[in-house]
Amino acid sequence: MTLLIKNAIIVNADKMYLKPQDILLEKGQIAKIAASISPQGSLAAQDKHKIVDASGKLVFPGLIDLHVHLRQPGREDKETVETGSRSAAKGGFTSIMSMPNTTPVTDNAMIVEGIIKEAKRVGLVNVYPVGAITRGQLGKELTDMAELKAAGCKALSDDGKCVESSQIMRLALEYAKMIELLLIQHCQDHTLTAGGVINEGYHSMILGLKGDPGIAETVIVARDIELAHYLKTRVHLAHMSLKRSVELIRFAKSQGIQVTAEACPHHFTLTDEAVKGFDTSTKVNPPLRSAEDVAAIREGLKDGTIDCIVTDHAPHTKEDKETGFDTAPFGMIGLETSVGLTMTELVHKKVLTLEQMADRMSAAPARIAGLENKGKIVEGFDADITIIDPDKEWEVRVEDFWSKSKNSPFVGRKLKGRVEVTICGGKITYQV
Amino acid sequence: MTNWKRRDLLDLQSLDKEEIELILETAKSFRQVSTRDVKKVPALRGKTVALLFYEASTRTRVSFELAAKRLSADVINISSTSSSSTKGESILDTALNLEAMNVDMIVVRHYSSGVPNILSQHLKAGVINAGDGCREHPTQALLDIFTVKEKLGSVAGRNITIVGDILHSRVARSNIWGFKKLGANVTVCGPSTLMPRCVKDFGVEVSYDLEASMKKSDCVIVLRLQKERQQDSFLPSLREYAKLFGLSQTKLDKASKDLLIMHPGPTNRGVEIGADVADGSQSVILEQVTNGLAIRMAVLYLLLGTKE
Repeated sequence: MTLLIKNAIIVNADKMYLKPQDILLEKGQIAKIAASISPQGSLAAQDKHKIVDASGKLVFPGLIDLHVHLRQPGREDKETVETGSRSAAKGGFTSIMSMPNTTPVTDNAMIVEGIIKEAKRVGLVNVYPVGAITRGQLGKELTDMAELKAAGCKALSDDGKCVESSQIMRLALEYAKMIELLLIQHCQDHTLTAGGVINEGYHSMILGLKGDPGIAETVIVARDIELAHYLKTRVHLAHMSLKRSVELIRFAKSQGIQVTAEACPHHFTLTDEAVKGFDTSTKVNPPLRSAEDVAAIREGLKDGTIDCIVTDHAPHTKEDKETGFDTAPFGMIGLETSVGLTMTELVHKKVLTLEQMADRMSAAPARIAGLENKGKIVEGFDADITIIDPDKEWEVRVEDFWSKSKNSPFVGRKLKGRVEVTICGGKITYQV
Repeated sequence: MTNWKRRDLLDLQSLDKEEIELILETAKSFRQVSTRDVKKVPALRGKTVALLFYEASTRTRVSFELAAKRLSADVINISSTSSSSTKGESILDTALNLEAMNVDMIVVRHYSSGVPNILSQHLKAGVINAGDGCREHPTQALLDIFTVKEKLGSVAGRNITIVGDILHSRVARSNIWGFKKLGANVTVCGPSTLMPRCVKDFGVEVSYDLEASMKKSDCVIVLRLQKERQQDSFLPSLREYAKLFGLSQTKLDKASKDLLIMHPGPTNRGVEIGADVADGSQSVILEQVTNGLAIRMAVLYLLLGTKE
């Protein structure tokens, strides 16, 4: 299988090409990059389907999302590996990591292998299941981490839940260090969250909804930074939502502590004011925070304190979401709006350069998860490519989502910057 | 009645001063209906009001029921234990079914904040919030304001103290909105653990000293203390709460003889209010109940009765 991309303005994290290049993709790899490549062999037949003209567009390394919920096994009414893969491809993603809070929990090799097998059958995006840190995500016993790694996990997490016991987290980090596997912490002390459903602040008071205080996140951020420091190992902090978290991570990095962190588009776009109409699509964990926090997340992404952008794509059915605000489940879908929001809110507003966007959405996540030959457009790397029209304006519409679920607070929003073509392993997986 | 346009009463947050005053004026004219020998007017004849209560209530439910009946509306009562909610039906489905039977007004009480707003987004029938979660209880605040106005002659410039569990109180929130819109000064008083973190952003004074606040006040609204708050560690003990924030006769003796004492009920006598205070000459707790009926008649009338 051969594919030729013509007139590509390549945006890598370390360098953006000023002159258009042609990129030849062969056997799932980037075979050649040159100012002009003439179609040869089977391509010489001028089969239009095998040539992609990228004139006027930007060509990014395939986007990577370290934080997605595919809901399979267990909640196939919300999303499946297949529908989630379609959604990811439409959103420009070529690799995703799926979180282990499935039913049953992804805490053993069989489930990991099952998800990978299904993802390969679907064949639209590389899926790396994240295994659980503790059996059943109960926070008590460690999973068979080496076996999970051998089955294909690039990281482990109890996402959806925090590993709250400091001792269990210490042991998990020590063991994971030995087998060189990344741990991702969902930072939240549930004794402090205490049933909170919205950021604790003015809006929680006015709406009469239980507030989730930011310290529920920051006490775990601070603790895990201390654990990483003490154990001389690394830890990755999921979906950071607060100014104070950014400050703690910035301090930790300045000390040489091996901490990495991620943030979601909704946390750099929306504030808790969005909850005003009791729209349950704005109910997310961690909750939408204050304008000050939004600004700090943007600043953190700009200076690299926050390493990467993830979606925390969390599909839910209408039935589950259409209960009261207190009872609706947390989460919003995000795969198909991530590029639009990142371009609109960060790139067009000069928070991030295009190279930084390539870093935060591809190079950095590849580096953090240890995905070899990904995150960059260079000869010999995997043929994962995302072509984006930076100036295309579009509106988020319910009927356009390919995800099985539609729970997005961004419906009706106008965005600038759209995914035009997604190529995974040299195969076109999405085209407008 | 020309400037009344709403079909729902969801909260006092969204009402303006004129709308609140119109409700108070209307209530005044309805109050005498209940003192007649024949306690009924035909204003809402042919209208159907459904009371949909998902949380225990005596006062508010009975008050709404009587208000509707005295306006000649037909009333149906649905509580969460007797409805299909025990069969897993959602409140929205229940409400849509009621609407399919051409119910004109749904009065809803629910333990979850925002439920009346969600219903009003989906229903053509009117919705009255009879208390939602910790958010608002608009008719309670309206009757509180009405009572203050009756007793003190005015609301603007008056100093109102609300004492108790501000964090979880929908009565407090509605009263803060309402009294402030009418130009009163509001102080909230209670233990720091039961005070919302951003309470000052509500434009109120915050006090941890009830006696001091009483000295500066024209009226104290005492909130009911839920006994669960102690089990959840918000409080060391009910005993200590009563000592610091309970309105006892001893504390009352140190305040002005004109200080008005109110309580939305039901009272925990000996906890947030002394029995002698509740029954004493400065207490207007039962007048609040009487006024509540007039307020609910006014609200039902304004929302339902002005079209014809």
